[in-house]
Amino acid sequence: MSSYPWAPGYIDDGDRPQVVTSRFQYEDSYTLERYLATGGYDGLKATLARTPSAVHEEVRAATVLGRGGAGFPAGTKWGLTPQGVWPRYLVVNGDESEPGTYKDRLLMERDPHQLIEGCLIAAYAAGLSQVFLYIRGEMALAQERVATALNDAYAAGYIGKRILGTDFSIDIVLHWGAGAYVVGEETALIESLEGKRGEPRLKPPFFPAAVGLYGRPTIVNNVETLSNLPWLLLNGAAAYTAIGTATSPGTRMVAVSGHVKRPGVYEIINGTTTFRDLLYGDEFSQGIRDDNQLKAFVPGGGSAPWFTPEQLDLPFEGKLVGAAGSMLGSGAIMVMDDTTDIPAAALTLTRFYAHESCGQCTPCREGGTWLERVLSRVVDGHGTHADLDQMFEIGESICPGTFPHAASTELGLTAAPFPYKMTTICFVGPSAYAPVHSALTLFRSEFEAKIVERKRIPVSIEAVGAH
Amino acid sequence: MSRLNEANVIVAKEIIGRYPKARSATIPLLHLSQQQNGYVTNEAMAHIAELVGATSAEILGTATFYEMFKFEPVGKYLLNICGTMSCALLGAEELIHHAEQKLGVKVGGTSADGKVTLERAECQAACTEAPCLQANYRFRYRMTTDQLDTFIDDLVAGRLDGEIPPHGTVARVRQHIPADKGVGAVPPTDVTEAPAWIAAQEATK
Repeated sequence: MSSYPWAPGYIDDGDRPQVVTSRFQYEDSYTLERYLATGGYDGLKATLARTPSAVHEEVRAATVLGRGGAGFPAGTKWGLTPQGVWPRYLVVNGDESEPGTYKDRLLMERDPHQLIEGCLIAAYAAGLSQVFLYIRGEMALAQERVATALNDAYAAGYIGKRILGTDFSIDIVLHWGAGAYVVGEETALIESLEGKRGEPRLKPPFFPAAVGLYGRPTIVNNVETLSNLPWLLLNGAAAYTAIGTATSPGTRMVAVSGHVKRPGVYEIINGTTTFRDLLYGDEFSQGIRDDNQLKAFVPGGGSAPWFTPEQLDLPFEGKLVGAAGSMLGSGAIMVMDDTTDIPAAALTLTRFYAHESCGQCTPCREGGTWLERVLSRVVDGHGTHADLDQMFEIGESICPGTFPHAASTELGLTAAPFPYKMTTICFVGPSAYAPVHSALTLFRSEFEAKIVERKRIPVSIEAVGAH
Repeated sequence: MSRLNEANVIVAKEIIGRYPKARSATIPLLHLSQQQNGYVTNEAMAHIAELVGATSAEILGTATFYEMFKFEPVGKYLLNICGTMSCALLGAEELIHHAEQKLGVKVGGTSADGKVTLERAECQAACTEAPCLQANYRFRYRMTTDQLDTFIDDLVAGRLDGEIPPHGTVARVRQHIPADKGVGAVPPTDVTEAPAWIAAQEATK
């Protein structure tokens, strides 16, 4: 058995360690009964037997990289809260909506207690006053599962006043969104939780850890990040860092979608698994559909610059992928085979970001929609050669300077590494440009093939006798 | 009668009570009003404004930011077909076109019987199960045009009502914090000291 009807997409072929998906094999993995029968809340007990600083130190030592996109270590993030300022809050980012990403929803639907236990561990270590679990509005089942889990955990004394008879007391409040991609940005998430439009806040301050919810120190952590904590506290940082590499320890949830034989969500070993393993390996996606050739793939969610078969042997490791001109983002690979119309594929992403722009920053609001309109026109066969350069020009006003891209032997290109400069508050604007930039840089001939040559009519106005 | 009804005002007050500041309950209360009326009415927004201590313009400002809130009646079922990359690579356009034909509407329209409103949705976090769709936020995966026909027929005939509630209801389970178990929300200005377990650690240093 490698996949389960109750966990659509999840595949656990192979003999890899399972840090966050160990219960997915059980149909009733979301119940308190199953959770308790499989070591549930033991990580919390281990936590409460130690001091908050010892727990914080354990998480810091494990270098749990944030799984939401930026990859910032959780232990370091918790340490950024200013000394002696109270209250402090935790906001759980369950607003998963980056194109290609499918993991947090599974973790919430299949193992909500694991997430709750992770929240409790974070709250204990960082001295938090209240936890807000923000789930994306469109995820009805995840909301129901988490609500049930919270109700059961309150009744059993795992959340609330004097947890397990200690002086640790905390409320976890379920909050849900109403459909807005940009709310996944942590300051927009906080604005939304304050009952406002989900517009990202101007930086600095750069981290909500300093000024966050209600202006108080606030830690924003991703669902997968927090789901790692129960295992970590039960097994220790040494066991955690024994998986993966020194810079990318532990495991990661990665979704491979698009033109592969077996699309799926896999819990992979961090830092060592290569893109070739993920796309072609027997344990993973088993190759390109119909045995077609691979044309390109998006390595880290819709915002990430694209890779081609030349980058297949790169491991799934943040620093190496950054140097090669892209990012790992939220663990989402989208695969395009050689039948793919590249300009049309790029349009599906640019349209997404143009649609999801919150409208605060002009380069994103106007630039994103311009990019979409110019690209649509090219895809529809009404474009001109000037349109192609125009798209670079629009991109330049969102991201001045060199935009990251992959190397290409065929085109004689060397990689331009991450990050980019930007004229916008958040990454939505640059994300609208990323697919256009990658597609145009790596596959310009496909765009040119869509340009219809219009010959000038060889008559002058005078000859027609207009005057 | 499109303000929140008596039973929902009780639910609303419970929700508000969980937050350090009432305004934070805005989005949950907008969902509650949409659950009651099928869409968000001006009267409901004015009522929510009273409940959370904001102006109705502020509530409108928040509500209009979010895709899920509708300000005019929609069909009993909102059919959202995903059109972002992974779904598009595997036939989403064909699916959307087929749904338009089947329902006799363009994207954004509601079928003549008032049952189904069709929308093109953005990424629904089911990319490995492309092409996917949601009806009132309940998923269907790896859809073919034949399956879509059957699904729409079942939906309209009410055969899926056990699984798929009418538009406006998202989660059917609500969080409830029993009074004797909850810590209780405190306004941020009323908290000046470290929580007990942190203070205890400091004391032993």
